[in-house]
Parts: sequence; structure tokens; C-alpha cells
Amino acid sequence: MQLSRDQLLQAYRQMKVIREFEERLHIDIQTGEIAGFTHLYCGQEAVAVGVCEHLSTDDKIVSTHRGHGHCLAKGCDVNGMMAEIWGSREGLCKGKGGSMHIADIDKGMLGANGIVGAGAPIAVGAGIAAKIDGKGHVSIAFSGDGACNQGTTFEAMNMAVVTKAACIFVFENNHYSEHTGFEYAVGTNKDIASRAEAFGMKIWRGDGTDFFSVYETMREVLEYVRVPGNGPAAVEFDTERFFGHFEGDPQRYRGPGELDRIRETRDCIKKFRASVTGAGLLTDADIDAVDADVMDAIETAVAKAKAADRPTPEDVLSDVYISY
Amino acid sequence: MARMMYREAVLSTIAEEMERDENVVVLGEDIVGGNGTAGGPEAIGGIWSTSTGLYGKFGADRVIDTPISESAIMGAAAGLALAGKRPVAELMFADFIGVSLDQIWNQLAKFRYMFGGKTKCPAVIRMAWGAGYNAAAQHSQAVHQILTGMPGLKVVMPSTPADVKGLLRTAIRDDDPVIFLEHKALYGVKGEVSDDKDFMIPFGHARLTRAGNDVTIVSTGLLLGFCEAVADKLAAEGIGCDVIDPRTTSPLDEEAILDSVEVTGRLVVVDEATPRCGFAGDICAMVAEKAFASLKAPPLSVTPPHTPVPFARELETAYLPSIPKIEAAVRKVLSYR
Ligand SMILES: Cc1ncc(C[n+]2csc(CCOP(=O)(O)OP(=O)(O)O)c2C)c(N)n1
Ligand SMILES: [Mg+2]
Repeated sequence: MQLSRDQLLQAYRQMKVIREFEERLHIDIQTGEIAGFTHLYCGQEAVAVGVCEHLSTDDKIVSTHRGHGHCLAKGCDVNGMMAEIWGSREGLCKGKGGSMHIADIDKGMLGANGIVGAGAPIAVGAGIAAKIDGKGHVSIAFSGDGACNQGTTFEAMNMAVVTKAACIFVFENNHYSEHTGFEYAVGTNKDIASRAEAFGMKIWRGDGTDFFSVYETMREVLEYVRVPGNGPAAVEFDTERFFGHFEGDPQRYRGPGELDRIRETRDCIKKFRASVTGAGLLTDADIDAVDADVMDAIETAVAKAKAADRPTPEDVLSDVYISY
Repeated sequence: MARMMYREAVLSTIAEEMERDENVVVLGEDIVGGNGTAGGPEAIGGIWSTSTGLYGKFGADRVIDTPISESAIMGAAAGLALAGKRPVAELMFADFIGVSLDQIWNQLAKFRYMFGGKTKCPAVIRMAWGAGYNAAAQHSQAVHQILTGMPGLKVVMPSTPADVKGLLRTAIRDDDPVIFLEHKALYGVKGEVSDDKDFMIPFGHARLTRAGNDVTIVSTGLLLGFCEAVADKLAAEGIGCDVIDPRTTSPLDEEAILDSVEVTGRLVVVDEATPRCGFAGDICAMVAEKAFASLKAPPLSVTPPHTPVPFARELETAYLPSIPKIEAAVRKVLSYR
């Protein structure tokens, strides 16, 4: 199905926001001003955006340690996120969570997660709630090729099938869990989707470096899962991560020229531009205008994050409970 | 004697024990790294560099790179131990006991008792713990307060490279399951370490790191250094502190603490765990029960508040016990006449 001009511009903008957000963090982290562990999502933008462009705020997503892309794609505020990662009091989570724990429940973003494999069971709960409510809403569990080996993920898949949760397991196979290759760690013949199938789910596969592949695949997946009574589904997207596992990773596991090659041939942003301009759907000028706008937005977010109020020692004690 | 970092003491002790006993095997996530990649194995040698080179030396059978499956790693350590091996399993972050706790708590800790003393389970579970890196609520926690309360586990908390050497060797040769807690902020700390390949420190023997007659301070891990700084500062004012590092929280060298309090009459326990049902409260209660007559002041503890570990620098700094907070507590117990 053909996307409108506005839909195309919106999708591109979302991917570009994620890309520039991460590229900027990659630079700013090197100054030492940003604390903690940061895992960048660059390279995988087409997955987050191709999934979330189909969702409303009533649909829930559960994310991972590599969560910035999912958060932004689900509508989390760019300024609030940047401020959070800078540890500011004005951050989305008041500087208490940081990069690995960004959440915005009002947007249907139930949290990034520092525990690999913790997300899928949470998504099952949200998917059961969606089933009970019966309005055709869904929950999405984003998991990596590493997380797919966690027992929690297996339990979640089986329980989703048994409870007919309106839940979609989106596996982003970027070929690495930290420093280990998925060909070593995933025992099922290099294949994650077939595992989900063995649990009794309908499965799909797509190219996670191509927005249109993700978007069209997810259209089918969502059509299926939004039908009450159909239960869960799973989809595996083959994708790439452009930076190290975390900022500071020496990446000795990469082959010679690997990063240059994937940046050259597997870049979802480049592919999108080539595709839409080639088909005459958008012009280079249209896209350049979005680029300029996004660069401004990121610049503003960084300036605001740097100028934002810092947390105070008293802030440590708040937000543990609602009442105590 | 050799001078080495805390992390090097971990690595070299494991290597020496693997050399000595072919039943010693190691397992964990990315302890080799690079398996199944173009870069090939040994891409990382453990994210804390505590297994670098082991794979090349001892091979894939004894240096087992695992998928992200903590429950299976802990369970496999238990099974390896029951089947006659001496596993040294790594949990990358202590926080991940969450996903693997059944295997630690209900399985390897309890086998011997449940089976009427008929089994031994010589597993060592190493894990990196502690705050100080702004790694936030799921990558910064103290867990000794949880694990120390579990009968059947021995819990070791080295705070110097020398103690790593002596205690890790004891842990690997011990026939009971041992939790070995490595504070992340100490990995880069250097110190003198024995070259003796049989150098061992027995469990349940505290170390007196500063000596004085006025106050007893008990602490472990990163905070031990803070306590020593306070003791040194007060020494210049003529106030003497005993600083005691228990080194193992289970078994606990109660005698060392009680002997000290009998002289000083004053106790401050400084700990990184949250305060409720924690290590600091445990020591204070033990002293109150067993050395009440010697006390000249109520025992005090300095711990983080009853909150998760926050992310932002200002928040984490406020969360952790600090040198000023420790000093204030010591002065407070001194203020009782
Ligand atoms: C329970 C748990 N185990 C281990 C880790 C350490 N860790 C963080 S990310 C990661 C790799 C995750 O790989 P994958 O699921 O493929 O996600 P990716 O990093 O590729 O996005 C590991 C091992 C963790 N955070 N939580
Ligand atoms: Mg991965």
C-alpha cells in the first residue's frame, strides 16, 4: 500500500531524529560529560520506526537496553530524552533512570530495560490487558538476538500463546549480543523466528535495514494480532548496529571493513532516500529540508539538556513509593 | 611479591588454579567473546578482563562462553559441581542474580543440607557488584546482604588485590558453594600480591586495616577505603580507629569485631547495601547482643537510603555513603561520654 507524502516525510523524520540523536550522543559521550552506560541504536532505525508508525498511544511497547530508538519512535519527547541521558532533573525520568531506563507510560512506552530478557514477559502482561480490553490494541516486545536466548523470553512466548495475549515479539537480529555472534549463541540454525514458530505462533521475517520491508511486514502482523482471539505473533528483522555494543567498545569482533561495508550498503536512511527519490515520491530537497530541521531539533535538545536544572540530593528519596 | 591490579589478581588466580587442577572450568557471558564472529574468539576475555587469555590456554571445553542465560549458567555451575568439576561461573553484574536466583538459592546453596550431607557442590559464582559508575538501578547494586542471609552459601568480599588472590584460591579449592563479590570500582586498584601459588586466606578471618582504641569501624568493598581515609584524618587529631574488613560476610569473623568493640566501646558500620535487613544492621545487632556491656554509645550505621540506586551523578553521589558522612558518624559515636 502506498504511503502518502506526509506519511513518508513523517517516517523519514523519525528515522533521522533517531540517527542524529545517537550520532550526537556518540560525540558528546567522548567529552566525559555524560555518565553511565549508553547503547546506541544507529543502524536499526527502520525497525523502531517501521513498527511504531503503525501504533497509537494505546498500543504499548517494551524496550531494551538499546532503547533510545524505540522511545523516540513511540513519541517520547526528544528534549526530555536528551535531558534524561544528561542526568538532568528535567529529564523524562528526572535523571533517576538514565539511558537504560527511559519510559513514558502516557505514550505507551513501558520502559527501556537494563535486564536483557526482562521486557518480553512485561509485554505479555500488556498484551493480556489489551486482549481483556478488546479494543484491538496490542503490545510489542522488542528483543535482541541475545535476549532471545534468555529463559524469560521463552516463558513469555509460551505464555503469550497460551493466554492468547495480543502481543508481538519483534526480534531485532543485529548479529551480536555484546561481543558474541548470533551464529554461536542462537542454537536454532541461525534462526530466531523459527523458535517463535515452535512455540505455536505465526511468524514473519523482514529486512530490518529497509523501512518499507519493516513497515509492510508489520502491517500484516498487526492486521493479524489486532483481531481479537488470534493471539500473539513474532517477527524477526535482520538488521545492523553501526556503533559498538556500548560506547567505548573496541569492537574486535568485527571483520575487516565490516563497519564501512554496512554503513555503505545496509544504511536504512540512505536506502530510504534512494527509494523515495528514485520513485519520484519525494525530492532530495524535501529530504534535505527534513535533515536541516532535525539537526536543529537535536542541537536544541542538547543545549536544553546542558542548561537544565541538575537534580538535588533530596531528589534521591522521592518516587520510591506513591505512599509510604 | 608482585604488584598487580585487582582484576589481574582475579585472572591470574583463576589461571593458576586451572593449571593446577584440570577440573576447574570457567563459564559465563562473553568470557571469551567473539565466538561466531568474523573477529574470532578472544575478542574481549570478559567485560572486566578477568578471563583474558584463558580460552587460548585452556580451550573451549574448559572456558565456556555462554548465551545470555543466567539461570542456565548458574544451574550449569551447580550441575558441573555435582558432577565432579570445579566451576567458576561469572555473572557479569551482580544485579543479574535476579534472573538466576532459584539456581543459586534453592539449588546450589541447599543441596548438601537437603541431601543429608551426602553431596558437595564446589561452585564459585563470581560477580561484579557496586555503585560508582552511574550505571543506574539495575547495574549498581549491592547483593551481599541478600546472599549472606542464605544458609549454604559462603560469601566473600575482597577489597584488595592481595585478598582477591588469597580468597579466590580458597574459594576455588573450597568444597562448598562460594559467592565471590568483586567491587567494580576496585578492578583497577593496584597492590602487592603474593607469588606463592598456594597462598590462601582462610574464610572467616577479618583484616585489621587501621588500629586504634577509640572507635571500631567495620566496612567492605569500595567504602573500606573511605573509612581508612577517615581513620587517617582522625588519627592526626589523636583519635584512634580500628578499621575492620570482615573479608567474608559468611562465615563472619564475629570475634575480631567483638574484641575490637570491647576495647573501643564504639561501633560504626559502613556498608553499600540498603539499610533494611542489611549487613550493617546485622553487625550492629550482633554487637548489641554480644558486647552490650562494652558499649559507650549506640552502634551506628552509614548506608545508602532505602531507595534504588539512582542514575545522575549528583544523585548517585548523594546516595552513597561518603567520607564526610562516615566522619560525622564517627564523631557522633565519640560524642557520647
Ligand atoms: C540479564 C542480563 N544479562 C546480561 C546483560 C549484559 N548485557 C547487556 S546487553 C547484552 C547483549 C544483548 O544482546 P541483544 O539482545 O542482541 O541486544 P543488542 O545489544 O544487540 O541490542 C548483554 C549480555 C544484561 N544487561 N542483563
Ligand atoms: Mg544483538
